[in-house]
Amino acid sequence: MIVGRREAWLGRVFLVLLMVMTVLPLVSLFVTALHPSGTYPTGLEWPSEPRWDNFATAFQAAHMGELLQSSTLIVLGVVPLSLLLATMAGFAIGQLRMKGHRWVFLMFVLGLTLPYEGVITPLYYQIRDLGLLNSRWAIILPLIALFMPFGVFWMRAHFVTMPGDISEAAQIDGANSWQQFWRIHVPLAMPAISSLAILQFLWTWNQFLLAIVLVGDPRKRTMAGALGAFQGQWGTDIPLLCAGSLLVLAPVLVLFLIFQRRFTSALLQGSLKG
Amino acid sequence: MTQRMAGGVLTPPAARSEVLTKTAKPRVRRRGKAWVAWLFVAPAITAYALFVLLPMGRTVQYSFYEWDGIGASPWVGFDNYVKVFTDPELSGTIVNAFELIVFFSGVPVLLGLAIAATIRRIATSRLAAVARTVLFIPQVIPLVAAGIAWSWLLSGNGLVNQVLSAVGLGGVTRAWLGDFGTALPAVGVIGAWVLLGLCTLLLLAGMSKIDPALYEAARIDGAGPLREFFSITVPSLRQEIGVCVTVTVIAALASFDIVYIATQGGPGNTTMVPGLEIYYQAFVERQVGVASALAVVLVVLVLVCVLPIQRLTKEES
Repeated sequence: MIVGRREAWLGRVFLVLLMVMTVLPLVSLFVTALHPSGTYPTGLEWPSEPRWDNFATAFQAAHMGELLQSSTLIVLGVVPLSLLLATMAGFAIGQLRMKGHRWVFLMFVLGLTLPYEGVITPLYYQIRDLGLLNSRWAIILPLIALFMPFGVFWMRAHFVTMPGDISEAAQIDGANSWQQFWRIHVPLAMPAISSLAILQFLWTWNQFLLAIVLVGDPRKRTMAGALGAFQGQWGTDIPLLCAGSLLVLAPVLVLFLIFQRRFTSALLQGSLKG
Repeated sequence: MTQRMAGGVLTPPAARSEVLTKTAKPRVRRRGKAWVAWLFVAPAITAYALFVLLPMGRTVQYSFYEWDGIGASPWVGFDNYVKVFTDPELSGTIVNAFELIVFFSGVPVLLGLAIAATIRRIATSRLAAVARTVLFIPQVIPLVAAGIAWSWLLSGNGLVNQVLSAVGLGGVTRAWLGDFGTALPAVGVIGAWVLLGLCTLLLLAGMSKIDPALYEAARIDGAGPLREFFSITVPSLRQEIGVCVTVTVIAALASFDIVYIATQGGPGNTTMVPGLEIYYQAFVERQVGVASALAVVLVVLVLVCVLPIQRLTKEES
């Protein structure tokens, strides 16, 4: 198996190269962020005197504290409710299978490929008429709805595989539909729900289009949306912009590194099913 | 609730007389469930209808009017659609989106296949476990941050030019995102970077499901790695390849974040994509009708591109 060994080495080299390619842009961000503010460094060049205070400056200039709070509020507004709605709908379509459940399902599936740009213009006027422009609700309400197709699709896929006897046993014990759902099916669906929660958290946190269109004040946006405004304001100061970008991507990156197993499996399954 | 459920059973008195006791029971459940089941889907349907279906309907409606967002809105029939397909500024965005598919889909899927096939043998090693995490980073961070990082890498004195100069290619260095000839491919490179890791890992996961006996048999028959790749790996990965193509094609056609950050559609209109053009038309130019027509075209375009891929991959499995 000499061939096998050589292939394994080739594989390792490829893999390392690929990882370097993946990390390089972030390394470049980091190194550049350490240069004196306002300078134009060249490529990857370690500064003679690393300016760690750039991060503090960017933290203040981008109002990072407020942003973290704002993004968290938006995530808390979107994810729990969206999970609940999607789980309930998935339960009805996958377990209860009432007459017409196929049509309901089809209606949601049709929304799976919908680009957000397709609805952004009317959403703006709709949100304006509701008087919600420039508030976090402008991001929260549409996102809950926009997450429905995938959420319902995902939860139905789980509930379809659950055997019906579970409900029957509970029914004999006198549990009504809500109790069956809440006490038996939701706890059993926890793995599917938590993976969905991770995906929706990422999509909310990184949401850009809705944030820049519907919320004018960067401090009420998501992290990603605020970074867009930060670029507009500080785009000419490369080191500061790099420091700001790193601060913006740090929270998700840290969370990802802590929960990497859950994240990777959620992302892999997420795209396989979607 | 159970009481009301039982009430529903009373409605059909003309129940078939055959084996009443046996048919009646499931019917209690069915009837009651249908009613309750609709209550379970109602909130999701309401949200979906209010903030997805209704705006989508309005996009279609707006696309037949000329409207600046404030004043009167005369009906213009299909004029906005004619404009989308004849005005080079607008139709050009669709052409650009298709060019981006080459980079967003072609590069990650083909390169991903090659890489996954090469690292298949070490898929269970520690190195591969680390790689699994590292390769996912572009999927996790905001696209906006990726856009900023790459704008810097591809700029006049960024790392890309530094490397090119170092290997003696100083002649080709330029501000890649600011050059009319290279801006669109440069945006494509950013997209390829974002999607390559995901595709590689998806394909690798698919490869781990292929029966190793197939490969052993091929080896015994004297097949080389290339032959092995085309007669075993690729056919077995039909479904995974379909997923990769679907995800990446949607990312290319509906791209917004990266282009907004990296080039704003410039220089000229060389990197303008439908998503960004919709944004400009609706919120800068105040041409809501044109923006909506382009939005409808984009939605249809995505469906038309994605549905056949789904068909192709599902049929075999």
